Amino acid sequence: MMDKHRRIVITGIGLTAPNGNTLDAFRASLLKGVSGVVPFETRYMGKVLAGVCTYDPLKYQMKKEVRRGTRAGSIAIYCSREAMADSKLDFVSFDKSRVGVYLGITEHGNVETENEIYNISQFNYDTKFWSHHHNPRTVANSSAGEVTLNMGITGPHYTIGAACAAGNAGVIQGAQMLLLGEVDIALAGGVSESIHTFGIFASFASQGALASHPDPAKASRPFDRDRNGIVCSEGGCVYVLERLDHAEARGAQIYGEIIGYHINSDATDFVLPNAERHIECMRTALKKAGLGPQDIDVVSTHATATPLGDIQECIALRTVFADCLNTHFNNTKSFIGHAMGAAGALELAGNLPSFDDGLIHHTINVDHLDPDCALDNLVLHEPRRVRHVTYVLNNSSGMLGINSVVVVKRV
Amino acid sequence: MTNDQIKHAVLQIIAVIAPDEDLSHVKSDVALRDQLELDSMDFLDIVMELRKRYGVEVPEGDYGQLASLDSCVIYLAPKLKDK
Repeated sequence: MMDKHRRIVITGIGLTAPNGNTLDAFRASLLKGVSGVVPFETRYMGKVLAGVCTYDPLKYQMKKEVRRGTRAGSIAIYCSREAMADSKLDFVSFDKSRVGVYLGITEHGNVETENEIYNISQFNYDTKFWSHHHNPRTVANSSAGEVTLNMGITGPHYTIGAACAAGNAGVIQGAQMLLLGEVDIALAGGVSESIHTFGIFASFASQGALASHPDPAKASRPFDRDRNGIVCSEGGCVYVLERLDHAEARGAQIYGEIIGYHINSDATDFVLPNAERHIECMRTALKKAGLGPQDIDVVSTHATATPLGDIQECIALRTVFADCLNTHFNNTKSFIGHAMGAAGALELAGNLPSFDDGLIHHTINVDHLDPDCALDNLVLHEPRRVRHVTYVLNNSSGMLGINSVVVVKRV
Repeated sequence: MTNDQIKHAVLQIIAVIAPDEDLSHVKSDVALRDQLELDSMDFLDIVMELRKRYGVEVPEGDYGQLASLDSCVIYLAPKLKDK
């Protein structure tokens, strides 16, 4: 058994997703098949489809703080505060210099820059109307920094830019900093505010990768024959991570142990995923975890509902998990769309309750399964009850060819 | 603008910049920062809003003239007399 000082566990979860603002609400929506995708007004483009969060920013922020900061920062603060409360750590008396904040982001600054350009367009593009808030809002550490300001944390903080693999990357960074002894508590996960810039929608539209459907709840349809692209969403998920000995000493609840992870690069294309590198990423994470593929009970897939991307991931999954009779696959984006920097962290969180309830949430909107996306034990249409869930593998990947995998064990 | 209108205009700006503050008891002759939670970034916001709303430029050397509502009136009255 590995030294408890070298084992990293999850002891708190705070999240906001388009279909839930707590883990319980999120999980209930997943089990009930509730989507969070709605029509959303965006500048220059009119109505698009997006996953929109409904958390109350004023639960943990003053109005002025909301005004001065960013949406990503507000989401990060909400999730971090919720996670800390959930962990039941005595945060008031805890040494704040021993807390680190590590948040994955897909991008940052597009929203704030677009807003300022629109603002000065109302003044004939005179730059003297450009806000002095622009720089503090757009520095890349913004969302993590806002958390430290709000919570009085004096340990390290930064964001991890990792495209849509960022949620896992934030979790991995937090675990690594705990293993290095840099901090005793890590607030780690991912956030996204991307729906508040038209650019993300317009770019996916130009790429032919923006989802459309008359029924917003059916627009995000990974693995379906008729999938036609990505639904962009906002969201956040932050975990309280700590070393097992630290968690046990204070009698903390433990959601699971991070027993394996890996990040690698495709080095092949700006946009298209590479199944071969994805396979390597999963296999390396399994090796680090000391597991074989047959040990994994649930694979939380990354599939975003792009025609090519889903197929590439399925090729990788069929290769790694060939003949793994007890391994099940599901997809959270079918419910909430693609929460970008938050996606990996949220998708993992939605699957962790399986350790306790033995239910694997399903994948919605697969009316006609694409034969190229067929996987044995792909959970469709309704949740599946299994005898036990001990290991969850969470898959993420992103543009410029980045893959990230996290493996969590029931404790 | 009259003096009262100037005070009202400044308070309207502060209401946006400092939305958590109760502005009903702000004293005209007391420094705003002694009554309200305002920092240097907030004063830059006040300067920006005066520029946007009324076309008034406040050079950096004059920021101190915006210390209280009364000093705002004295400083802004000539600039806003035709507004």
